[in-house]
Amino acid sequence: MSHEEVLHGHEGHGHDDHGHHEHHETFLSKYVFSMDHKMIAKQFLITGMVWAVLGGLMSVLFRLQLGYPDASFPWLESILGKWAKGGQITPEAYYALVTTHGTVLVFFVLTAGLSGTFANFLIPLQIGARDMASPFMNMLSYWFFFTASIIMLSSMFVETGPFSGGWTAYPPLSALGDASPGSKSGMDLWIIAMALFIVSSLLGGLNYIATILNMRTKGMSMTRLPLTIWALFFTAVLGVLSFPVLLSGMILLIFDRNFHTSFYLSDIFVNGVGALSNEGGSAILYQHLFWFLGHPEVYIILLPAMGMVSEIMSVNSRKPIFGYMAMLGSLFAIAVLAFLVWAHHMFVTGLNPFLGSIFVLLTLLIAVPSAIKVFNWLTTLWRGNIRFTPGMLFAIGFVSLFISGGLTGIWLGNAALDIHLHDTYFVIAHFHIVMGVASMFGMFAGVYHWFPKMYGRYMNNSLAYIHFWVTLAGAYLIFWPMHYEGLAGMPRRYFDFSIWESFKMFADLNRFISTVAMIVFAAQLLFLMNFFYSIFKGRKVITMNPWEANTLEWTTPIRPGHGNWPGEIPEVHRWPYDYGKDGQDFIPQDVPVGANESHGH
Amino acid sequence: MSLYLSIAIIALIFIVIFQIAKASEYVSVLKGEEASRKQNNKINGFLMIVFLVLGFIGVYVCNVYLYPKTLLAQGAASVQGEKVDQMLFITLAITGIVFVITQILLFWFAYKYQENENRKVFFFAHSTKLELIWTAIPAITLTVLVVFGLRNWFFFTGEPPKNAMVVEVTGKQFGWIFRYPGHDAIFGKKYYRNIDPATNSVGIIWDDKYSQDDILTEQTMYVVKGTPVKLIIGSRDVVHDVGLSHFRLKMDAVPGIPTTMWFTPLYTTKEMKEKTGNPNFAYEISCDQMCGNGHYSMKGIIEVVDQEEYDLWMAKQKPQYYTAFPEKDPTAVPAAATTDSTAKVASAKM
Repeated sequence: MSHEEVLHGHEGHGHDDHGHHEHHETFLSKYVFSMDHKMIAKQFLITGMVWAVLGGLMSVLFRLQLGYPDASFPWLESILGKWAKGGQITPEAYYALVTTHGTVLVFFVLTAGLSGTFANFLIPLQIGARDMASPFMNMLSYWFFFTASIIMLSSMFVETGPFSGGWTAYPPLSALGDASPGSKSGMDLWIIAMALFIVSSLLGGLNYIATILNMRTKGMSMTRLPLTIWALFFTAVLGVLSFPVLLSGMILLIFDRNFHTSFYLSDIFVNGVGALSNEGGSAILYQHLFWFLGHPEVYIILLPAMGMVSEIMSVNSRKPIFGYMAMLGSLFAIAVLAFLVWAHHMFVTGLNPFLGSIFVLLTLLIAVPSAIKVFNWLTTLWRGNIRFTPGMLFAIGFVSLFISGGLTGIWLGNAALDIHLHDTYFVIAHFHIVMGVASMFGMFAGVYHWFPKMYGRYMNNSLAYIHFWVTLAGAYLIFWPMHYEGLAGMPRRYFDFSIWESFKMFADLNRFISTVAMIVFAAQLLFLMNFFYSIFKGRKVITMNPWEANTLEWTTPIRPGHGNWPGEIPEVHRWPYDYGKDGQDFIPQDVPVGANESHGH
Repeated sequence: MSLYLSIAIIALIFIVIFQIAKASEYVSVLKGEEASRKQNNKINGFLMIVFLVLGFIGVYVCNVYLYPKTLLAQGAASVQGEKVDQMLFITLAITGIVFVITQILLFWFAYKYQENENRKVFFFAHSTKLELIWTAIPAITLTVLVVFGLRNWFFFTGEPPKNAMVVEVTGKQFGWIFRYPGHDAIFGKKYYRNIDPATNSVGIIWDDKYSQDDILTEQTMYVVKGTPVKLIIGSRDVVHDVGLSHFRLKMDAVPGIPTTMWFTPLYTTKEMKEKTGNPNFAYEISCDQMCGNGHYSMKGIIEVVDQEEYDLWMAKQKPQYYTAFPEKDPTAVPAAATTDSTAKVASAKM
C-alpha cells in the first residue's frame, strides 16, 4: 500500500531527534505559566469546561423554576441560601442566573473556550510553526482570561447579588443600581471581568493573526491552509475589530454608573429615588455599540466550529472538502457581512425604518454564504466513505443544527416578522440551536478529533456515542418546541408565566423542556468523565496519524514537546484535502507531488 | 432523604454506563480496531436513518400538539397581524422545504455512504456550475422574501391613517401608564422632572393649556374596534417594550426617545372571548424587554370595545388636572362627569 509507505516515511522523519534540545522546565513553567501553545490551549479548554459546567448548571436551576413554578425544593435553599428562600428560586436569583448563564456561555465558553483552545492548539501545528508569534502574549492572554473568570465568579458572591439585567446589559437598567439590586457592585465586577476578558481576546487575536500571516512553513501558501486555520483567522480579525467597540461602550457605561455622565441616560425617574439629573444621553447608543460587537461575536463563536467541521468532515468522509475556494469565499463574505448587520437586533427600538430596511437586506444576504457552506458540506458527504468517529458524528450534528437554526434566522432577519417574534422564545430557540448548541457541537467535534494529539490517548468511543445521540436528540427536544412558544409571543426572561392568560397554556411544555434539559445536562457529565478519565487512562495512541489525515499536526510525534517537531519543520507541497485522489486513500500535505499525479485542486 | 437517594441512584447509573463503556473498549481491543470500527460504523449509520425518521415523526407530533396553542390557530386580531401571519406562512413554506430537503440529504448521505471497503471515493473537489446554482437559488428566494418583508415593514412603520386615535404609553417599573389627549386631541407637554407618582405620573407641564384635559389611566387601555390606534411610546426609567402578541407587534419604550407604533384592532375583547372559547381572554400587553426583577409581572391590558362603549368609558374619565388640583375641579361637588363645556371653561381660565 502506497499510503503505508507514506506513513512510515513520516515516522522515520518524526523520530529524527537532532537539532532540538529540551530546555529546563519546572512544574510552574510547564503547567501554570506555560508559553507552549499546546499547554495554553489545554488551559483555555479546561477553564472553558469549568465555565460550561457552571453555566449549564445555572440553566438547570432556572429551568427548574420555569418547569415547576409552583413547586418548592427544600434542597435548593440548602445550596443557594437566600437565593432560594423556602425552596423556590427568587426572581432576583432567577435573573442573575439567566444573565450569568448568557454571559458565561457566550464569552467564556464559546469565545475563550472555543477559539482560545483551538486557535492556540491548531494554528502552529497546522501551519507548521514551532509556536505562536509571541508565546509570552499568548500566556498573558490566558492569564487575563483567568483573572476575568475569577472576577466574574466573585461577582456571584457580593451582598447585592450578581448582575441581573441580561447578558446584553442594556442601560439604563445596567447603569442604575437603584433600578435593580443586581446593577450595584455586581455590575461593576461584571464590567471589570468583561474588560479583562476583552484584553485577553485582543492579545490572543493579534497573536493568531500575526502567526498565521508570518509563520507558515515553507510551501504553506495561504490557499494551502486547512479551512480550520482560515476560519480561525477570520475569527481573530472579527474579534480584533469589534471587541474594542464593546470595550469603549463599557467604559462609557462605567462613566455613567460612577461619574455622573449622561452618555446613555436621559429623562429618568426612578421609583423611590426621584428624577435623575442626567439629560441628553441615548440608551440606544449603547445598543449600537454593543451589537457592533454582539453580532460579529455570533460569528466569532460560529466560524471556528465551521472550520473544524469542514476539516473533520473531509478527513472522515475520506474525500476532499467540496469547493475549497467557495468555502473560503463564504467565510470571507460572512466575516464582512458580520459587521453590517448589527442593527437587526434593534428593529423594535424605534430605528429609522429606512435604516431597518437596509439591515433586513444585508441580514438576509448572509443566508447566501451560509447556504453555500451547507450545500458544500452535503456534497462532501456525497459519495464519500464515511467513518463515524465521534468527531465526525458531532460534525454531522453541527450541520443539522446549523440548517435548523439558520433557517429560522431568515424569519427573524425579516423586520416585519421580527416585530412579532423579537424577544420571544422563538429567538431563544433560534440562537441556541444555531449558535449555542451548534458551536458546542463544533467544540465537541474538535475535542474528540484532536484529543489524541492533545494527550496521546483516545477518548472512550462508546461513551462518546451515547453522549452524541443523547445530546443531539435532547437539543432538538428542548429547543424545537420553543419555536411554538415564540409564535405565541411568549416573552424571554420571564420568571413565571402563571399570571399570563396568553402564555400559561405552555406550562406542561415548559415542564417537559425542563426535564429534558436536566437529562441532557447529565449526559454532558458523561463527556466530562470521559475526558478526564481518558487523559490519564485512555487507550494509548500508537500511530502518529490515527485518523489518517493530511494536515501537518499529524506529522509531529505522538506527544509533541515544546517546539512541536523534533527535527526540521516539514515542507508543504499540496493542499490539505487530497483524499481519494488517484486511488490513494490520503496524501499528507508534506508529500511531494508525484511525477504522474493528476492535476487536482 | 429522597434527595440523597436520587443522587445515589444517578451516580450509580453513571458508574454502570461508564463501566459498560470501558468494557466495550476492552472488547474492541480484543476484536481488533478494524473490526470494531466497522461495527461502530454500522450502528451509527443505522442510527442516522433512525434519527431522520423519528425526527420527522417528532416534528409532526410536535405540530399536532402545539400548533393549536400558538396564536396562528386563532388568527391575528389586527390588520397588521394578518399580514404578519401571511408572511409567517410564506416564510414557513420556503424554509420548510429547504429544511426537509437538506436534513434528508444530510442523514441519508451519512447512512448511504458509510464506510464500505468496496466503495471507491469520488474525488470531487469542486464544480463551478453547482456552486453557482446554489448561490443563485438562495439569492433569488431571499429577494422574494425581502421584497415581501419590506413592503409590510414600511406599512407597519409608516404613518397611520388620518382618523387614527392617539394614545401615549409610558412604561415604568413595573406597569404601564396611558395618556389620552382629551377633547383638544393634543397632548400637553411633559418634562420628567415634574413627575410626581401620586398625581402626575408622567410629568405633565400643567402650564401648558393643552395639558389640562389630558386623561391618565394605569394598567388598562381602551381602544375602538376598527379604528386605527397610534401609540406614542416612552419610558420613565429603564427600557421596556410594548409587546402585543395578539396584534403581532411590539415596540421598545426608551427613556428620553419617543417611539411610535400603530395598529387597527379587528375584534373586540368580547368577540375574542367567543372566538377563542376562552372566557378569560384578554389582550395582554407584555413587557418584552428585560427591565428588572419584576419584568415578568409587567402586564397591561388593552380593552378593545366598540365606539359606543368607548364613548361611555371616556365620559367617565376625569382629566388628571383635577386630580392634581382638586380645588379647581368644577365638578368637585357631586355632579355628572365632566362635560365638554366645563372642560373648555377650565382650560380657558388658565
